[in-house]
Amino acid sequence: MTQLWNFGGGIHPPENKSQSSNRPIRSAGLPARLVLPLQQHIGEPARCIVEPGQKVLKGEVIAQVGNGMGVPVHAPTSGIVQRISLEPVPHPSGMSDTCVVLIPDGEERWCELVPQPEYRKLERDKVLALIRQAGIVGLGGAGFPTNIKLRPSVDRKVDTLILNGAECEPYITADDMTMREKADQVMAGLRIMAWLLRPSRVVIGIEKNKPEAIAALRQAAEGSKTEIAVIPTIYPSGGEKQLIQILTGQEVPSGGIPADIGVICQNIGTAVAVADAILQGRPLISRVMTATGEALAEPGNFEVLIGTPASHLLTCAGVSKQHMSRLVLGGPMMGYTLQNTDTPLIKTSNCVIAASASELPAPAPEQPCIRCGLCAEACPMELLPQQLFWHAKATEFEKAEHLNLFDCIECGACSYVCPSSIPLVQYYRFAKGEIRLQRAEQQKSDRARVRFEARQQRLDREQQEKDQRRKDRALAAAKAQEQKTSDAQTTVQDGTVTNERSGKSALVEQALARKKAKAAAASAERTEFATQLSKEAAPSETFTPEHAGKIAVAETVPSVEELEQQLTQVQIKLEKMQSMLEDARSGQAPNVDKLERAVDKNIERVRRAQRAIDDA
Amino acid sequence: MALVQQSSPHAHRARPTSRIMLWVMIATVPGLLAQTVFFGWGNLINVVWCIALALATEAAILKWRSKPVGFFLKDNTAAVTGLLLGLSLPQFAPWWVSAVAVFSAIVVAKQLYGGLGSNPFNPAMVGYALVLISFPLAMTTNWAAPVGLGQDAPGFGETLSAIASGQQTAVDGWTMATPLDEYKHKVGSHTAAEITVHPTFGNFVARGWEWVNAAFLAGGLVLLALRIISWHIPVGFLGGLVAMSLLFGTNADQYAPLSLHLLAGGTMLGAFFIATDPVSAATSRQGKLIYAVGIGALVYLIRSWGNYPDAVAFSVLLMNFAVPFIDYYTPPRTYGHHKARRGLPTRKQG
Repeated sequence: MTQLWNFGGGIHPPENKSQSSNRPIRSAGLPARLVLPLQQHIGEPARCIVEPGQKVLKGEVIAQVGNGMGVPVHAPTSGIVQRISLEPVPHPSGMSDTCVVLIPDGEERWCELVPQPEYRKLERDKVLALIRQAGIVGLGGAGFPTNIKLRPSVDRKVDTLILNGAECEPYITADDMTMREKADQVMAGLRIMAWLLRPSRVVIGIEKNKPEAIAALRQAAEGSKTEIAVIPTIYPSGGEKQLIQILTGQEVPSGGIPADIGVICQNIGTAVAVADAILQGRPLISRVMTATGEALAEPGNFEVLIGTPASHLLTCAGVSKQHMSRLVLGGPMMGYTLQNTDTPLIKTSNCVIAASASELPAPAPEQPCIRCGLCAEACPMELLPQQLFWHAKATEFEKAEHLNLFDCIECGACSYVCPSSIPLVQYYRFAKGEIRLQRAEQQKSDRARVRFEARQQRLDREQQEKDQRRKDRALAAAKAQEQKTSDAQTTVQDGTVTNERSGKSALVEQALARKKAKAAAASAERTEFATQLSKEAAPSETFTPEHAGKIAVAETVPSVEELEQQLTQVQIKLEKMQSMLEDARSGQAPNVDKLERAVDKNIERVRRAQRAIDDA
Repeated sequence: MALVQQSSPHAHRARPTSRIMLWVMIATVPGLLAQTVFFGWGNLINVVWCIALALATEAAILKWRSKPVGFFLKDNTAAVTGLLLGLSLPQFAPWWVSAVAVFSAIVVAKQLYGGLGSNPFNPAMVGYALVLISFPLAMTTNWAAPVGLGQDAPGFGETLSAIASGQQTAVDGWTMATPLDEYKHKVGSHTAAEITVHPTFGNFVARGWEWVNAAFLAGGLVLLALRIISWHIPVGFLGGLVAMSLLFGTNADQYAPLSLHLLAGGTMLGAFFIATDPVSAATSRQGKLIYAVGIGALVYLIRSWGNYPDAVAFSVLLMNFAVPFIDYYTPPRTYGHHKARRGLPTRKQG
């Protein structure tokens, strides 16, 4: 007997499960068209790799992902890609997103599948890659890529692997029926996940109200170390955090993930998908969904191809359109209404409720909160819903956050019990959205401020540098002026010129001569440089390992002629340098030092060249 | 086919406010019956008068505030306020005293603070405290003698005319001091044995009063069983009162005994029906306990050393003042957190 813990709060909504739980899983068949959103999970959307008009096989990848968080999308059946366009996708906002629209050809031709029954002989990373390649995400609702969840970071040792079969939401029986009919597959998937994670404890949590599922899994798990934990029927026991608390007594730290306390929680359907992917090589192209509600003549559980429009499933279940007032995707507690019956059902869709008006009546008009505290009694996260509501309504977001608004799991238990029929969850969503918006704005303005400050600093620095340069120039000009006058005075003293004007003209002539000499030297240098360049470039162009030896040989034995040529070149250069140095010295140019060093270097070169010739 | 668009949750099983209030009213019936049996028709007449007046003033001010009158009248909260005042006012309180109490409760303490859910103080107790301070004579001399519906007692017509006459005091001989009043005034100069010979004490604790309190206790237990109130406030209230009594008042010659504290005056009505008013009470479980223990302790303090024989109204109002403060410091520890976040948010906590 597994030890169980309680979580605070919780409610007991009417279960309404018998409508769909007394029939076996049926196939929903092939719809006239399939709409496959490129993003069916948390993370980055897949990149479409098919084109309109292209033929695809069943199980073929039609959208691939990069290295980020995401999984590919597969063709649920063989057919032709009709178009890639914006279509309404399942989302509370009723938004549209990029989808691949596939027209089935009815042939159901599979692409090649590679089963890996001997997965234990593979690398664990390879198995994880197969799970990713099979497009598996958590089928419980949030749709977190399963391969990422199954590879916790190195510093997190997973002690407990939990399989979530609680299915606490009213109406939904998809997991229940999966456990009843596919218990062996559930166990096989569980074994694969346990092999990947090597936990010390494996436990399946199932609510008490599913005796057949419990019996089926008990039988399937016989002889294994897997615990089957029968947990009390209370909403939301199937919430990941609540189930972890029930089964381990531990709490997931706020803002953390279960792996932080060594727990990993997977859904029943995910286990089946993993088993199919590894043992049969079959990607995730269908899942079990519940279709229920009073507007359906034949409610039940269906094996539905991913991308099937809701209307097709409703037709399969015998919908009476005039009775349907509300179409809920998911459960009545956390699901959202669909605006369009053509919305496709995706990997995370577990239930469709076609509710009549009397079944899920519109709530009574909102009354003032009387602070009765029933919401706090019901809250499984031990929050103070009425205070949160109060602050959200007054847009006192700071206070709402202080009361841990972001720990709200939006389970709806508070709204369910509120005597004033206040849509509390809606207020929390509003507050969360506003806070996120404010944070984004804050970040944006912070970045803008940093940018502005950096720019201001740069401008200041540039201004300072400019000022400095101006000062330096002014100083240099003053110095030059001084020099000029002193030069003029020296010439006067030497007696070569008689007046200031003639002194000046002498200086100008000198400068012109210098310039001419410089230009001549420069052109000589240029030609020399060019020849050098062509010499150097020639071998490097054809340089390959095979040539390396030859070049080395050529270099070690230079001819005497070449050496002489080099020597004359260096000598010419040296002379040139010397003349430049003299010019510079007479003109008091600032590059005297540099030229002196260059001359010394060239003298050394001449000596080396001489020695080389002597040696040769 | 237009599909209804609705935010989750789609299922509701709320017991609406109106039904909760209706249950509160039903739960007071045993107490009201006991009052009628032991103290005559007075409270019954008061209750009818106060409820009628409460509904009328509520309707008038809702209209004046341009609020939907029917929508708010149907929530039964005004009727409960009137009912509680009718139950707690002296049996022969003149009609205009009740009217002032109801008017200040509904108009001032409730609607002028923003209406249902926005009032920081318990409206009925605001009305009660106001008339208690304003009309001390009418409020202390009009308690019925515990002769009930016996032969010596005034009949329905006589009671009605006494209330309707508008005199500050009812006919001498029909009225009597309450046991708490009697004890308080005599305990300085008499022993407990001498005090309790007064007819108001009867054979057990306080003639009639013990049964009235027991009946309110029974009604309160019904509310607990229906989960309309939680145990925290009644238990805290009575616990605080008992603790103070055991701490200070074990000598019956000096202080009123514990039995009298529990079974005389408005103790049980206060613990189960008045302090539990959710609007003006603290929110969290811990907060409710602090709030209720505070009321219990204050009741004992005022009864023993204050100027008033009963103290439920003042204690409740005093603790109503403290509710926002209590609420800031008593949030529960949220799942996944090491400890509760107490106090006001500061910038640092981000």
